[in-house]
Amino acid sequence: MDILATLAIVLTPKILGTIFVCTLYGAFVGAMPGLTATMAVALLVPFTWFMDPVQAAAAIVATTTTAIFAGDISGAILKIPGTPASAAYVEDSYRLSQSGKPRTTLFTALFASVCGGVIGVAILAYATPALANLSRSFSSDEAFWLATLGLSCAVLVGGPSVPRNFASLFIGLAIATIGIDVAVGHPRFTFGNIELYDGVSFIPAMIGMFALSELLRNAAVGHQTPLVKLTVEPLLQAITAAGRSFLQHWKNILRSASGGTVIGALPGAGADVAAWIAYAVSRRFSKSPEAFGRGHIEGIVDGGAANNAAVAGAWTPALVFGIPGDSVTAIAIGVLMMKGLTPGPDIFNTDAVLVYTIFGSFLIANIMMLVTGGLAVALATQVLRVPRAVLMPLILLLAMIGGFAITGSTLAIWIILALGLLASVMIWSQIPLAPAILGIVLGRIVEDNFMVSMMKARGDLTEFFARDTAAVLGALTLMIWAVLIYRALRSFFQTQTPSK
Amino acid sequence: MTKAISKALLRGVAAVALATASTAAYAQSCDWTPDRAVTYIVPWGAGGGTDANSRMLATMLEQKWGVPFNVVNRTGGNGVTGHSAISNAAPDGYTVGAVTVEINTMHWVGLTDMTHENISPIALIDIVPASVLVGNDSPFQSLEELMDHARENPGDLTGSGTSLGGIWHLALAGMLNAEGLDPEAIRWIPSQGAAPAMQELIAGGVDIATPALSEGRSLVDAGELRALAYMHDSPMDALPDVPLTAEVLDSGWTLAAYITISGPEGMPDDIACAYEQAVMEITESAEWAEFKASRGADVVFMGREALAEYMVTQDAALGETIQAIGLAD
Repeated sequence: MDILATLAIVLTPKILGTIFVCTLYGAFVGAMPGLTATMAVALLVPFTWFMDPVQAAAAIVATTTTAIFAGDISGAILKIPGTPASAAYVEDSYRLSQSGKPRTTLFTALFASVCGGVIGVAILAYATPALANLSRSFSSDEAFWLATLGLSCAVLVGGPSVPRNFASLFIGLAIATIGIDVAVGHPRFTFGNIELYDGVSFIPAMIGMFALSELLRNAAVGHQTPLVKLTVEPLLQAITAAGRSFLQHWKNILRSASGGTVIGALPGAGADVAAWIAYAVSRRFSKSPEAFGRGHIEGIVDGGAANNAAVAGAWTPALVFGIPGDSVTAIAIGVLMMKGLTPGPDIFNTDAVLVYTIFGSFLIANIMMLVTGGLAVALATQVLRVPRAVLMPLILLLAMIGGFAITGSTLAIWIILALGLLASVMIWSQIPLAPAILGIVLGRIVEDNFMVSMMKARGDLTEFFARDTAAVLGALTLMIWAVLIYRALRSFFQTQTPSK
Repeated sequence: MTKAISKALLRGVAAVALATASTAAYAQSCDWTPDRAVTYIVPWGAGGGTDANSRMLATMLEQKWGVPFNVVNRTGGNGVTGHSAISNAAPDGYTVGAVTVEINTMHWVGLTDMTHENISPIALIDIVPASVLVGNDSPFQSLEELMDHARENPGDLTGSGTSLGGIWHLALAGMLNAEGLDPEAIRWIPSQGAAPAMQELIAGGVDIATPALSEGRSLVDAGELRALAYMHDSPMDALPDVPLTAEVLDSGWTLAAYITISGPEGMPDDIACAYEQAVMEITESAEWAEFKASRGADVVFMGREALAEYMVTQDAALGETIQAIGLAD
C-alpha cells in the first residue's frame, strides 16, 4: 500500500472534516487545566458508534494528538501542565512566556510537536514490525529498568542541586506509595478512606503543586510585584521567531522524535517518560546545559517533539498485539473491536487499509494541528492580558472543578490543597517541583514492576539482568547512577573544603 | 398570608398527585421514565469490557428514553470505590451502575463490608468465562499436560491476569484447588489487569495467564497465544475449537465473571422494573446483537429475580473458593 493510495482514502471531505473538528476539540480539552487526553477520547466514544471504522479511528488519533500538544498551552501560560508529558519542561515554557514571549514559545512547541508527530507516524508506518519485536521482549524486568531510567532523568534535569533533586523525587515517590499495594493488595496510608485506595491521582497533584503554590507564592510576595499585564508579542513576529528557533534545532527534533516513538512503543512507558528522557538527553548534549530550567527553548523543542512522537509509537503494541500501550489506545481498541476489527499481527493483512488509514489520519491530524493548534495558541495567549491577580484565582477555581470532575469526589480538592501547601514549602526550601511530579507518575510503575519481578524470581536480584534487553537497560541505569553519585560527592566535598 | 395558603394548597395538591401517581405505579408498575440526566457509574477503567458494555447500554437507554445517560468511570480500590458509589447513591432511578462479579468477592477478602444485599440488581448483560492461555512457544499443548506438570512440580510455574485475590486469580487458584492441587502450585504474579498480564505472557515473563476469554481472543486468533481451555460449561461461538473445563477436568470446574446493570440499595420496584424492561428490549435488539458479536460474546440476559438468585449462588461459590485458597479475611 503506497502513501498516495492511503492519502486518497483519507483525503475525503468526511474524514478531513472529522479530523478538523476533532483537532479543535482536542485542543480545547487539552488546554483546559484538569482535563486529560484520555477524558477527551472517552467522551468521544459514543459519537464513534455513528461513524465508519476509518472515520472513528481518525477521530481518536486527531483528538489525542492535539490534546497532548495542547497540554503545553496551559503549562506555558498558567504553569499548570495539561498532562504529565508537559511537566518536564513546564518551568522553561512558563518562564519564557513570563518574559514576554508566550506565543513564540508555544509556536515553537507547536512546530516541534507537529514535526515529532509526523516523524513518529513515518517510523510507525515503516518500522511497526521491528518495534513490535522490541515490545514483544518487554517483561516486568525491562519495564522496571525503563521506568527507573525515567526517574534517574528527573534527578539529572531537575535543578542545579542534586541533593535537592533527590529530595523532590523522594517526596514524589513517598506520595506514590499511597493506595493499594499491587503485589499483596493491601491499602497503605489511606487511613480507611476508600477514595485513596487508587492513590493520589496526578491531575489534582499537578494542579496543586504547580498552580496553587504559584498563587500562594504571589500572595506571600504581596504588592511588591506590580500587577502588570504581560506583553504578548504580535502573531506574525511570534511565528517567524518560532520558525527560526525550530529550524535551529532540527537535529534535536530528529533525535527526540525517533527516541520518543521507540519509547512510546514500549509497554509501561509512554509520552511522559519519552518527554522526560528527551529533555534529559537534550540537556546532556546541549551547548548551554546551565540554561535548562530557567527558560530555555531547547528542552521544550525536545520534550514537545518526543511526547507527540510517543503518541504515535503507543499504537504499535495496540495494533500488533491488541495490548494497549496507554489508556487512550485501550479505548481505541475497544472502538475498533466494536467495528468488527480485531487488532493483532494479522491486522496488516486483513485490515491493511484501516491500518494505513490510521497512519494517514495521524499525518493529516498533525498537519492540521498547525492550524487548529495555532488558533488555540493565539486565542489562549489573550488570557495573559488579564492581570494575574485576577486570572490565577479564577483558573484555580476552574482547575479544582476539573480535578473534581476527573475523580468525581471532593478528595481531589483536598489533594490540590494539601499538595499546594507542600509545594509552597518545597519552593521556599528551593526544592524543584518537577522531579516530584515524575515521582508520583512513575513511582507506582517502578514499584509494581519491581515487585512482580521479585515474585517471579522468588527474591533473586540477579534475575533483573538475566534477560538480554533487561541487562542492557539495567547497565545503562546503573551507569547513570554512578555518574550522579560521583557528581553529588564531588559537589559535597567542594562545598566542604572552603569552609574549613 | 396568601403565600402561605397557596403553599399549603400546593402541598395538598402535590400530596394528592403523589398518591395518585403511586397507585398508578402499583397498578402498572413499569411505566417510570427518567425526565432528567441519569448517571451511569462504571467501577472499572475506560477501554475495558465492563466499560464497553456499559457505554453501549447507556447510549441505547439514552436513545430509548431521550435523556442523557452520563457514564462515569469511578475506578480504584479494586472496584470498591465504584461499587460503593453505586450502592450509596439515592435510589431514585437517576443513578445506576455496572455492578460486576467483584460484588461477590470484595467482601470475602475484607476490602469492604458491602455485599450484593447492598445493591438492587436490575439485569445481567454479560457473562465472561475465564480462559487458560499459554504462549505459542509453550511446551504445554493441553490443560491436562499443564495440570500434570503443576502437580509434579508445585511452585515451578507462574500465572498472571489480575491483582491478588482478583477474579482471574480465583479462576486459577480455584481450578487447582478443585483438582486437588495446592492452590499455589502455580504461583500467582499480580498484575494491573489483563493487558499487562498478556504482555508478560508474550514476553515470557510468566507461564500462563487466566484472563477473560474475550480479552485473550484476539491474541489467540493471531497465533501469539494458545488457549488450552476456557472455564465454562457450554460452548461459545467465539472459539469453537477450544475445550471447556467442564468437559476436560474431573472436577468440572467453571468460573465466569459477569456484568450487570444495578441500582443503589433500596431502589423502588417501579423504577427497577422499568429499567429491567428497557434493558430486556435492548438486549433483544439487532443493534445489541451486532455489538455483542463484534466482541466475540454471546447475548445474555437475566432479569431481576434470576440475577438476584444468581448473585446468591455466585457469592457462596466464590466465598468457598476464597476460603479454600486462604485469601479470606
